[in-house]
Formats: sequence, structure tokens, C-alpha cells
Amino acid sequence: MRKRVAGLILAFLSPMSVAQNQVNMSPGVTEIGADIFELHMLIMWICVVIGIAVFAVMFYSIYAHRKSKGHQAAQFHESTKVEVAWTVVPFLILIAMAVPATSTLLEVYDNDEAELDILITGYQWKWKYEYLDESGEPVAFFSNLATPQEEIYNTDQKGDNYLLEVDEPLVLPTNTKVRFLVTANDVIHSWWVPEIAVKRDAIPGFINEAWTRVPEEGIYRGQCTELCGAYHGFMPVEVHAVSRPEFDAWMAAKRGDLTGMTNG
Amino acid sequence: MSSFRLSRIPAIDTALKLVTISAVMFAFVFVVMVPLYNVLCDALGINGKTSSQVYTAVPAAVDESREVTVQFVVINNDGMPWSFAPTTRVMRVHPGAANGVVFTASNPTDQSMVAQAIPSISPSRAAAYFHKTECFCFEQQALAARDGAEMPLQFIVDQGLPRDIRTITLSYTLFDVTDTVTDGLAAR
Amino acid sequence: MGDHHHGPAQGISRWLFTTNHKDIGTMYLWFSFAMFLLGGFFAMVIRAELFQPGMQLVEPGFFNQMTTLHGLVMVFGAIMPSFVGLANWLIPMMIGAPDMALPRMNNWSFWILPPAFLMLASTLFMEGGAPAFGWTFYAPLSTTYAAPSVTFFIFAIHVLGVSSIMGSINIIATVMNMRAPGMTYMKMPLFVWTWLITAFLLVAVMPVLAGAVTMMLMDIHFGTSFFSAAGGGDPVLFQHIFWFFGHPEVYIIILPAFGVVSQIIPAFSRKPLFGYASMVYATASIAFLSFVVWAHHMYTVGMPIAGELFFMYATMLIAVPTGVKVFNWISTMWRGALSFETPMLFCIGFLILFTLGGFTGLMLSIAPADFQYHDTYFVVAHFHYVMVAGAVFSMTAAIYYWLPKWCGRMYNETMGKTHFWISFIGFNITFFPQHFVGLAGMPRRIPDYALQFADFNMMSSIGAFIYGASQLLFLYNVVATIVAGKSVSDEKVWDGAEGLEWTVPTPAPYHTFEEPPLVPKPVGTI
Ligand code: HEM
Ligand SMILES: [Cu+2]
Ligand SMILES: [Cu+2]
Repeated sequence: MRKRVAGLILAFLSPMSVAQNQVNMSPGVTEIGADIFELHMLIMWICVVIGIAVFAVMFYSIYAHRKSKGHQAAQFHESTKVEVAWTVVPFLILIAMAVPATSTLLEVYDNDEAELDILITGYQWKWKYEYLDESGEPVAFFSNLATPQEEIYNTDQKGDNYLLEVDEPLVLPTNTKVRFLVTANDVIHSWWVPEIAVKRDAIPGFINEAWTRVPEEGIYRGQCTELCGAYHGFMPVEVHAVSRPEFDAWMAAKRGDLTGMTNG
Repeated sequence: MSSFRLSRIPAIDTALKLVTISAVMFAFVFVVMVPLYNVLCDALGINGKTSSQVYTAVPAAVDESREVTVQFVVINNDGMPWSFAPTTRVMRVHPGAANGVVFTASNPTDQSMVAQAIPSISPSRAAAYFHKTECFCFEQQALAARDGAEMPLQFIVDQGLPRDIRTITLSYTLFDVTDTVTDGLAAR
Repeated sequence: MGDHHHGPAQGISRWLFTTNHKDIGTMYLWFSFAMFLLGGFFAMVIRAELFQPGMQLVEPGFFNQMTTLHGLVMVFGAIMPSFVGLANWLIPMMIGAPDMALPRMNNWSFWILPPAFLMLASTLFMEGGAPAFGWTFYAPLSTTYAAPSVTFFIFAIHVLGVSSIMGSINIIATVMNMRAPGMTYMKMPLFVWTWLITAFLLVAVMPVLAGAVTMMLMDIHFGTSFFSAAGGGDPVLFQHIFWFFGHPEVYIIILPAFGVVSQIIPAFSRKPLFGYASMVYATASIAFLSFVVWAHHMYTVGMPIAGELFFMYATMLIAVPTGVKVFNWISTMWRGALSFETPMLFCIGFLILFTLGGFTGLMLSIAPADFQYHDTYFVVAHFHYVMVAGAVFSMTAAIYYWLPKWCGRMYNETMGKTHFWISFIGFNITFFPQHFVGLAGMPRRIPDYALQFADFNMMSSIGAFIYGASQLLFLYNVVATIVAGKSVSDEKVWDGAEGLEWTVPTPAPYHTFEEPPLVPKPVGTI
């Protein structure tokens, strides 16, 4: 309880000082992630600048044009020049925003020339991953939430990756263009990993595409982002990006399991 | 509004016209939005939908100069117990050439069942260039208990396929429609 | 009607059978306030569960019922009816009409609302629970996978849709046919203008919502497959239809709020509204554009890139007329003689916070960036800035502003200002941190979350309790005013107020403008 109160006070006094309180979008590890992050920052700063200008005028007026200070009201109520200006200038600013937005979008949509295809299927409430390969049965498995019920129902200490951990993660080779084919088994889900900047809706009956090329080894976590029923909050995504040789070894082992399974 | 009047009392006239507008908007959803969406889906390949009509092949030259990879994927929808798989997972085809592939399906349950396969193509831009001259997805498929079947697909990739598309993925999602069929309510 | 000069009937039948626009306006306002408290109660349940990581109070399925009902009740039960109530009270008085054009229909359009919401609320006690698919009710979660109560939900939506359409028809018929001689369109107060445009939006899109739920009903009970791929339909079609209604709907919510602010800011600036004509044109262009931007809610469904680009550009464009409005309000204040009574405080709060919400809207409109924002708490923060600090703040301002006119009693200014400051601070403590957790990756509509979101969520919950409690102060202030507030009898309660409603006696008599008034010349410029 004491800790809780302390945490609360901290949250109030200095949210920024607590290391774990991330306040901004993650630039992520992929090229597209970085592009989106830059776009986000650009637009945010444009908004901040416009906001400061607009609010400065307003607060100046609130300060200087108070009736209590005896300010007399002027009676002007239009000015074509000003009105045209504040229609045209924002329009130009928007064009300036649209240019980088368009080029980033084109990049996101460039799904071609993938070296590895993975079919992602959303289920109530887990993900299924299937490595599509020319040779033989595809390697396929389900990825379930690994956080124990005791942690969720507060009878056990919550771990570091509470609700963001799975029994079997998706494994990707680094520096490889991977294409995701995203679909669902029942209702609509959405597959999202912020750090690789991929979010695609999984729609039953139809397949959607997305792609990534992860340059760095690491563990990247995400969640389902489309309400899909009671346990929507409990179907995380965990991606392990590993070097190519490590990936190949993992794949071979998986294949071994698979043949083992079909034989047994 | 205009000089056209639905009632001599102006307020009632306005009200009746507005009722008409809202009735038209209600109808608009059914008679315009739904069909228009389907037309747009066909034209633009939204969701990678392919035509649900048999393509009547216009014989045209085979484009030997390039090869397109066609990949087949199957998904069983919720509660669909059939096993269902293509006999070939990947094919390399020339645009313009006729190709065939067979899917196998079997019903492991003790009930006879009816299934509907729904195709979807990725990238969706390719959908308009993927022609099916024969497909099990045009009709519902019935299988008796513990029965199996081979289900053929014949297709042509159009010569007009944009050159930057080198891989086409065709997915089939298999839905269990036994209930709708036996209720006699199967509606499209 | 023959009984012009009688006062209201006595007892319950006054309210059941009334065709008086003021009575009906009052009933709408009280009803919407009751819904505001109900929806607020659901929000408190949500925030209490999210106070800490881990499941404490409710089960995940029930949590989803709470978010769903919270959204539906707030949008359709609190915000929309409150503005209809305001329209009933004010539009006849602002255009010099004796009543609404279709008084009997007015009575019906109100009285079908309470049963609709009773039915919606009763789903909580049904087998399988209340709707749990979000206020956007995407198929197939809301069809094949929904609890049986979905049928009652559909029926409730139909009824409240009919109510909205009837209310809008009445407003349009009134504005088009009942203006006093000399009250030309370009002389109408801006509140009347924004409501006129809103009413047209409602007549156009409520039937679309009705169509969507009708298709759901047919899919669930009559074997059609509009939204099911298995029968040749498409769940994405549902989203297109829903947002074709849904985006205009968000402007239905905000345009009357724009109207309110455009009345109040000039009054407390003692200066005519800047750019009256451009305000009208901006409102009309926002309404028009709102029909061609719907798919910005669907950037991640996998639209063809051409569609994605079109909807992105169109959405960005909406920022222009929205900006014009903000600039106009600030220019109205510029070199005025400002005073800061409670209604003005709420309008300034609106101005600041709505602008922030507009900025996040602009950020969300950028499709590639939206891939990261979509369905996170960033979106939740955005729409609460525009809907709560936009619509609810302006509604609150309206009540403080016109209440003395309505009941001839002045509210307690100190309490009003206290209400403002607690609301303003509580609101920001609640929703500002939601930008942070959203950007950091917290999805919306989840009952439990990862540990790195804990501090900000606790902050949000505390803010929500503060904001919620401040509404009880509001309720108390309003009731105390009506019962025992200091009497006012000046026709112009506020020295800067302009418009016909301020020319009738205070409190406004049961019947006003039985003889059309002379429209004073300069009204058009106000
Ligand atoms: C400058 C004007 C605005 C722009 C450009 C804008 C843009 C957007 C965009 C792009 C989204 C989708 C975000 C996503 O789901 O990823 C969104 C969501 C939303 N906006 Fe706005 N918006 C604006 C003003 C408003 C106003 C005035 C309102 C209502 C009063 C509003 C209410 C909403 C709501 C309710 C949602 C979320 C709907 C949901 O998914 O539940 N917005 N907005
Ligand atoms: Cu989900
Ligand atoms: Cu919108």
C-alpha cells in the first residue's frame, strides 16, 4: 500500500522522471518505423508552433482586453484580407505535410519481393503463425498469452512482461524482407507491433498484406488492436528477431518437430 | 425548397419532403451502397476479392517472357473441422497460360456437411488479373460423413498483370455453411 | 391552437402531453443530464477497473459491456438529446417564432427516447449480458458472435434514430417556415445556422445507421449475409456503412456546440462575432466534407492505396474550415471588453481544448502515422478532447448562459467558477496522459494493461473521479438556482447578450412571440 501511494505521488509530481513512463511514440527499429516517427514528430511540432501562436494571441487578449481593466470594445467584425490569409496559409501548410505523408505511405504499401511469407491468423484469443514455404507442410503454431492467471488476478507478483509474453513467439530472421499475410478465423482482430510499425486488420475471409525488414536482433512486443471479444486484451504479440543462421537452425528444429509429430 | 409542394401547409410540406429524403437515404444503403461496394470490390480488388463468375477464356498469346509465382493458402474458419489443402503450394506460371491445381478436402466428422470456400487474393491489385475458369468456390461443397473429395481450380493470369507484381497469393477460407443450407435460408 | 393564453396544464399530464417547445426542451435537457450521469457511472466503473494493472472489480466481458454502453449512452443519450433540448428552447425564441413548426411531433420525438434507453439499459440484465462490441459495433463481433441482447440493441437504435430524425425535421421546418418577418437567413444567430445544417446531416445519415442495423438484424435472424464472408458478404462493408454515418455523426455532435460558442463569446467580449458569413460557410463546408472522409477510421483495413490517399487528403482538408472557426472566435475576443463569468470560462476552456483535439485529429488524419495511433489510447484522448471538452463544455456553458433567462434566477457564480476549474483540471488530468499511453502503445478497449502504463492510468482514473464529482456540483448548482436562486428580471441578463431571446421578459413566459417581433437591424451582424 505504501508503495502504491508513493507511486501515485510520483505519477503526479514527476511523470517524466520515472524511466518506465514512455510519453512518445517509439521510433522503432525499422526504416519505416523511423519514417513514421519523423512524420509524427514533424506534424506534432507544426501543431505545437501553430498552437503557441494561436494561444499567445488569445491569452494576450484575455490579459489586455479585460473589461475589468476598463478596456473598451472595438466593433470591427470582418476583414476579408485576414480571412483569406488564414484560409490559404493553413492550406499551404497542409500541402507541406501531405508530401512526406504520401511518400511514407507508398513505402508501407510496397509489399513486393519478400524473401519470407508468413500467414498470421487471429483467433479468439490467440494468434496462429504459419511459415509459407514451397517445400512440404508449412511450419505452423499457435501463440498464446503466457502470463499466468495468478498474476492477472493479483495473487502473484506481476512479471516484467506482464500481458506482453507468449508461450511461443514469432521468430523472424533479421535483414530479411518478410511479408505478412494477415487474416482471421472468427471476428476481426488487428496485429500490431509498435517497434516494427506494422498494424494490419485481420479480417475473416480475406487476407491483408504488410511487410517488415527488421535490422536488429531483439524482442519486440505488441498487442491485438481491434476489439475482438472478452479477452481482446489478452492476446499479445511477441516477435523474436534473430540472425539468419539462428533462424535457419530454429526452422530446422521446428521442421524436425513437425515430421516427428506426423510420424508419431 | 422548390415550388413543388407536397402540402399546402408550408411546415407540413417541408416535413414531408424531409421524410422523403430520409426514406431515400435508407433505401440508398440497400440499393446503392451495397451493390456499389461490390462493384468497386470487383473493379479494384478490395479485400482481394475475385470475380465470382466463371471466366470465359479469350484465347490470347502466352507471355513466355515472364513468370509469376502463385502461392496457395488455406484457412479453416471457426469450427470448420475439415482438412483442406492444395496438392501444390506454389506454382510458377506464365501470364496467359491456363493452369490447374487440385485441392483435397475431407470431412472427418460423422455428419454430412456443406462448406463454402471464399477466395481472396494478395496483393489485392492482382485480383482483377486473376481469372478462374473453373473453381470449387463458385459453389457450395457437400461432403458426406468421413468422405473426401478432390476439388479442382483452373485459372489464367492475365497478360495485363502489372510487371511489378511477381508473386500472387490466393487464399481460400473454408466456412461451415451446413446450418444455413439445411435451414433452407442460404441467401447471397 | 386555441389555448394561447393559458399557462401550462397541471401535474404529470403537463409533461406527458405538452406541445410547448419550452416544456419539451426542458424534458430533453433533464433526460440528457440523467443519461450523462448514467454514462458517467459506466465510465467510473471503467476507470476504477483501470486504476491498477490486474483484474480487480469486473470480468473482461463485463468491462466490454461497460465501454459499449458508456459510448452509446453518452453519444446518443447525453450529447445529442441535450442539443436537441437546447434547440427546442432557443430556436423559436431566436427567430421570433411562437413555437416549433410541428409541436405534436415534437412531443412524440421526445417521448419515444426514454423507452429506447430503458430497453438499452435493460440488456444489462439479459442472458449473455449487454452489447459488448463497442459503440462502433463492428460485424461479425456484433452479429454472429454477439449475445442475444443484440436484437434489443438494434431496436433501441432504430427508435432513437426515429426520434432524432423527427427532431431534425421539426427544426428544419421551423427554421424554414417560422422566421419572423425580416429574419433573413443571413441574419439568423449562428446557433440557428449550425443547428439547421446539423439537422440536414441528421436527416441524411440517421437512415444510414438504421440501414446498417437493419442489415445486422437480417444477418442475425433472416439468414442474409451482408456482413459475413461465408455467404458472399463482407465485414468491411459494415465499417464503410457505419462510418458513412459515423463521421457526419461526430460533426452532428460538434456543430451545435460551435453555434453555442459563437453566441457566448461575443456576449462576454461585448463585440460582434468576427466573420459571421465565413462562419456560416465554414460550417457548411465542414458538413459537406464530412461525407467524404469516413474511411479515415479504416486506414488499417487494407484499402487500395488510392483510397487511402484520397481519404487522407480529404480529411486533412477539414482542418482548414475548422481552423477558420477557431481564428474567428479568437478575433472576436481580440480588442473586446472581456469578462469571465462561468459561461465564458467554459467557452475559453472549449477553445483551448477543442483546438488541442483538432490538432490530434490532424495528426490522426496522416494515414501512415495513423498506423501507429489507430485503436490506441491516443485516439481515445483525441475524441474526448473534441467531444467532452468540445460538446460537453459548450453545453455546460449554454446552461449557465441561458438558465437565468429560462427560470428568472441567477446561479451561484462562485460555485459555477469552481465547477469550471474542477472540470477543467479534472478533464486534463484524465485525458492528457492518455496521449502518452497511446503513443507508448496501449491499445484501447482493454480491461487490463502492461505495467509500463500503470502510472498514467492511475492518474487518468483519479482525474476521471474528479471530473465526475464536479458534475454533481453542477447538478446541485442548477437545482439550487431553479429552486432558490437570486431573482433576475432584466430582459438582458448579460449586458453583452444580443438576439431576440433577450428581448422577452425574464423568466421567459410560457408563450413567447405570439405576435412576430420586429427584427432589429443589427442582429445579422451579431
Ligand atoms: C480537425 C478535425 C478532425 C479531424 C481531422 C479528425 C480526424 C480523426 C481521425 C483520422 C480519426 C480516426 C482515428 C483512428 O481511429 O485511428 C478520428 C477519430 C475520432 N474522432 Fe476525430 N477528427 C476531427 C474532429 C473531430 C470532432 C469534431 C469530433 C467529435 C466531436 C471527432 C470525434 C471522433 C471520434 C468519436 C473518433 C473515434 C471513433 C472511434 O473509433 O470510436 N473528431 N478523428
Ligand atoms: Cu482483439
Ligand atoms: Cu471521422
